[in-house]
Amino acid sequence: MAKYLIKRVIYLVITLFIITSLTFFLMKFLPGSPFQNEEKLSEEQRVILDEKYGLDEPIPVQYAKYMVNIVKGDLGVSFQFDNQPVTDLLIKRMGPSLQLGFQAMFIGTLIGILLGVLAAMFQNTWIDYGSTFLAVLGKSIPSFVFAALLQYVIGVKLELLPVAAWDGFASSIMPTIALAIFPVATAARFMRTELIEVFGSDYITLAKAKGNSRMEVSFKHAIRNGLIPLVTVLGPMAVGLMTGSMVVEQIFSIPGIGEQFVKSIQTNDFPIIMGTTIFFAFLLTVIILIVDILYGIIDPRIRLQGGDKS
Amino acid sequence: MKKILEVADLNISFHTFAGEVQAIRGVDFDLYEGETLAIVGESGSGKSVTTKSIMRLLPTGNSEIKKGKILFEDKDIAKASEKQMQKIRGKDISMIFQDPMTSLNPTMTVGKQIMEPLLKHQHLSKSKAKERALHLLELVGIPNPKERLKQYPHQFSGGMRQRVVIAIALACAPKILIADEPTTALDVTIQGQILDLMKDLQKQIETSIIFITHDLGVVANVADRVAVMYGGKIVEIGTVDEIFYNPQHPYTWGLISSMPSLDSKDEELYVIPGTPPDLLHPPKGDAFAPRNHYAMKIDLEEDPPMFKVSDTHFAATWLLHPDAPEVEPPVAVQERMAKFQAKQAASLKGEK
Ligand SMILES: Nc1ncnc2c1ncn2[C@@H]1O[C@H](COP(=O)(O)OP(=O)(O)O)[C@@H](O)[C@H]1O
Ligand SMILES: [Mg+2]
Repeated sequence: MAKYLIKRVIYLVITLFIITSLTFFLMKFLPGSPFQNEEKLSEEQRVILDEKYGLDEPIPVQYAKYMVNIVKGDLGVSFQFDNQPVTDLLIKRMGPSLQLGFQAMFIGTLIGILLGVLAAMFQNTWIDYGSTFLAVLGKSIPSFVFAALLQYVIGVKLELLPVAAWDGFASSIMPTIALAIFPVATAARFMRTELIEVFGSDYITLAKAKGNSRMEVSFKHAIRNGLIPLVTVLGPMAVGLMTGSMVVEQIFSIPGIGEQFVKSIQTNDFPIIMGTTIFFAFLLTVIILIVDILYGIIDPRIRLQGGDKS
Repeated sequence: MKKILEVADLNISFHTFAGEVQAIRGVDFDLYEGETLAIVGESGSGKSVTTKSIMRLLPTGNSEIKKGKILFEDKDIAKASEKQMQKIRGKDISMIFQDPMTSLNPTMTVGKQIMEPLLKHQHLSKSKAKERALHLLELVGIPNPKERLKQYPHQFSGGMRQRVVIAIALACAPKILIADEPTTALDVTIQGQILDLMKDLQKQIETSIIFITHDLGVVANVADRVAVMYGGKIVEIGTVDEIFYNPQHPYTWGLISSMPSLDSKDEELYVIPGTPPDLLHPPKGDAFAPRNHYAMKIDLEEDPPMFKVSDTHFAATWLLHPDAPEVEPPVAVQERMAKFQAKQAASLKGEK
């Protein structure tokens, strides 16, 4: 297990290194400059600014410096946000994003599982069709459309929840729902497919042959086996949440990483763009690692690998 | 001998997109207390469907028992409710499946899986159930049962898994045990071991067994009686001796001729020509007629009834009709019949 973990961590570092390098060079070759109203700057001012941010040095040197600094946890300073260190800005903005992300993931997956289980247990009934319809809607409607709809109906028309604010749990409800749509749809579809396969397997027939009722077969035998592979979609789900969060945070004016990221793209704030990309990549690879470890814990076939076969 | 199960005129269909598959077309047989009845026949002949219907484990969506009775202890299983079936399954009737690699729950310990029917039907305490599970593992010949109880199916080999499945089936000492090709998915050496175990258990327990196989070679060792199935019907039924040494149905002849025997090592094995009937459109007349070397005109027109050969032996072939011409069975069958007659003559002499 320890050996496996070390191997995985090494892979993780290599992945991050490649992503960071790619982002760095892509940024460098991107048109546009971080300095607003560039035309108005004099040649001297340009040189001073370039020098200040190290943009005058040859690209390989910039690259080397950047990589060394990252290892130290220094992602450079923002061009736009008062020269604050990118790391500080990310940390400051992490709270709301993580809260929304976890709420959406948790609630969304739970509801999705429920819908999927119901759909599979009552296959080809109106319950199944209803759940499938919801899932298709959730997958095809982009979260920003849904967010705007929620905002208009619940926030503006019904005035039940704050339209766009960030104070307290109430203001997190609508963005959470908007974000949760994707996990709900993903989990529901996945769970239905898995469970239907499980219901058709021999060990379920054996469970029935023991005299178990439908409910007992479902809850004691089927669901656990259908749930295990769900862990594998948690990674892609997290990706969906991260991209969704950018727009949703923007719409609901949430002071999170996503909102800041969108702003920094609009202003060509390279250090923030890179810092956020690297941070997201880091988060994602760690989530995938955790998911794999989790998979090993809940699936005895993997957990005990290397154990004796006889 | 007391009857424990009586299947009468059973007809089962599957409703598919292509139409109605008439999988079982009028099956009759009895099962007596303590006996082992083998059901043999090519794959697709309806062995699994017949036995699954006895446990009412056919897929609920597209299968239908169209006609017939399955009488078990004065109850008609064919008409039993799901609730009633849940009380019978695993307690009075239990089943061993073909593929031990897939028939155990991969995320539940073997101990729990064996204890489940005990807790369910016998309402034992957990510790009592565990004790019994331990005993069951011993009974089916699994070494270190104590440690094995805590393990998961993937830690067992195929043969060991099949032993676990057998232990589960025997947990509540069922009155009927159905074994659906319990050795087909296993290696040849392991097949022998599982068969030996079944024979061993047969002596120790009083359960009636329905043993399904497509391999007639296995039957002689385990069964008291044999039913031969073809195209959703039983075409011949009799004691082991009657089926092996005095077979009457040309399909049974074919099965016997295709059995490898000790003195025909070099020869290629006989294969019955043709393919099984299409049960979507069952043929008029005898379903075996198109593959039957001995088919007569009437075979194509009318399905033969069961003709009585002896009190225990019946076969559905027009060859047994008084007006039918005498035919010569295949050589392999004739040899067996000759041996049988010699044996009978000898035993008659012995009695005198
Ligand atoms: N779920 C099903 N849907 C449609 N046809 C089926 C189904 N199960 C079995 N059959 C048909 O019933 C017939 C008998 O099958 P089965 O009893 O499994 O044969 P075997 O003798 O090999 O056990 C076959 O023709 C098969 O195609
Ligand atoms: Mg079968």
